[in-house]
Amino acid sequence: MTLLSLHGIRKSFGAVDVLHGVDLSVAAGEVVGLVGDNGAGKSTLMKTITGIYRADTGSIEFDGKDILALDPGQRRRLGIEMIYQDLSLAKQQDVASNIFLGREPTKRLFGLFPGFVDKSEMDRQATRMIERLGAHLPSINRSVGSFSGGQQQTVAIARALTFNPKLVIMDEPTAALAVREVQSVLDLIRRLRSEGIAVILISHRLNDVLSVTDRIVVLRHGRADADLVTANTNMNEVVSRIVGGGDTAAAAAHEQRG
Amino acid sequence: MASEQPGFWARVQRASVERLHIRLESLVVLLALGTAMALLSPYCRSLSNFLNILLATSTIGVLAIAATFVIGSGGLDLSLGSVMGLAGVAGAFVAVNLGWPSVFAVIACILAGAIAGNINGQLVTRAFVPAFIVTLGMLGLARGLALVISQGRAIYGLPPEIVYIGQGRPFGIPMPVIIFVLTAIVAHAVLAYTRFGRHTLALGDSEGAARAAGIRVEHHRRIIYTLSGALAGLAGLLFTARVNAGDPTAGINYELTAITAAIIGGTNLFGGRASILGTMIGALIMGVLQNGLTLLAVQSYYQQMAIGAVLILAVFIDQYQIRKESRV
Repeated sequence: MTLLSLHGIRKSFGAVDVLHGVDLSVAAGEVVGLVGDNGAGKSTLMKTITGIYRADTGSIEFDGKDILALDPGQRRRLGIEMIYQDLSLAKQQDVASNIFLGREPTKRLFGLFPGFVDKSEMDRQATRMIERLGAHLPSINRSVGSFSGGQQQTVAIARALTFNPKLVIMDEPTAALAVREVQSVLDLIRRLRSEGIAVILISHRLNDVLSVTDRIVVLRHGRADADLVTANTNMNEVVSRIVGGGDTAAAAAHEQRG
Repeated sequence: MASEQPGFWARVQRASVERLHIRLESLVVLLALGTAMALLSPYCRSLSNFLNILLATSTIGVLAIAATFVIGSGGLDLSLGSVMGLAGVAGAFVAVNLGWPSVFAVIACILAGAIAGNINGQLVTRAFVPAFIVTLGMLGLARGLALVISQGRAIYGLPPEIVYIGQGRPFGIPMPVIIFVLTAIVAHAVLAYTRFGRHTLALGDSEGAARAAGIRVEHHRRIIYTLSGALAGLAGLLFTARVNAGDPTAGINYELTAITAAIIGGTNLFGGRASILGTMIGALIMGVLQNGLTLLAVQSYYQQMAIGAVLILAVFIDQYQIRKESRV
């Protein structure tokens, strides 16, 4: 079943055309790797899916609905989450504030005034989510900026998973992590797939992409240049499609060594 | 990151910041300052002087609440004092020159402030002019407009209902103090415990994170600047009613004191951290300082210098602590 389908997505910033008509589809519970050289348009494409950018032309359907006109908050409510490379955390706020930012549960103060944040409920759910991820944080009431990189990423992941998403987009989730943390992120991706959650993984680490995805889409010069089934491809082919042909054996061997 | 076993003082500090949203240092400074003034001048110890301090703080305090919201959201409003002056003149003009009922004068004050603030917000979010420049321009615009409306002279002869707002004393407590305290309580609840308040601080913390979380960033900023203007309008009303005149020069340099109060209270100059409770302590520090210096017969020129020095000192201490925390 197709969960997300993009058709002919174009996006330019002033005179710079970044996307020239991208087609992409993701099925429910499918893990799709999105690879391409720097400047190929990966991040721009993802931001047109989350609604941070509005595509100039083209169509975006999610779960059978046209979502082109929706803002980021509305798309999030439909079940599209993204974990940004910079994590997009509010560093001076605590764990629960970050996880629930924009979606805080509310209660009435003295049963009268609406719009008051239910902080104890937030803390309870945040603690449960962090535990479910098997992570350990020093304190849930401390500002996120005081955490290590891996701990901050845990918060970003918890935020993406708390509201039962259907699609999680991860932008370079393993780029800044230690070896053991990389494995736990890859395990998490497999777990999401087994729960029927679709994942789009953007990564420069082709080993990670080859080991965890079902399909690999290569973005080149603002187009989806290749759509490869992971089981039927190899490092050599992926590298060759990224750089656009030529003898890539040396480059592929280098990537293989990781 | 701090060591795993922080000392007692560090834990108390952290708890006060996390639970009460105030910095303990500011409370210590306030108590020390109050004690010093009380020792230096016998009159300082009287209850009536305490109410005097609160009364003098009420106008600045309302402006400081506005400054807290704006700075907490990562913005800046330098036009607070001028907008306050404009609002007071607008109210007096409606009541005296137009002769309309007092309730319209009250509305005129707050509306004039809100409109000026909304223009600030529109320019910041739609024209992409930095807040520093927009509100600096508004500082000149609003002051000039106040002088144009009043033709450069204070407007006298306000109706008794308006004067009561500034000089009435139900239960012996000055009306401006009552209005100021109520405003502060509502503002504290909004900033610390509502979605609106949390989004405000998240916005000041990381605009990207707020946008990614689906918060309508520009819309939110426009509301903040409008709110800031409306609060400056309220301050203008309190001031005009207290001095019984719509004075076009009211509030000159007040933004300096208001922003200082907010920063002393623990507001991060670059946004993301702010509390009204802290700002109230900051405003009281400024009030006690001015009151004490006045009672000690220090010339007002030196008071002006003291406020400027305190602002720089407060930001220095804040930045010093941030650097210390990130280095350990």
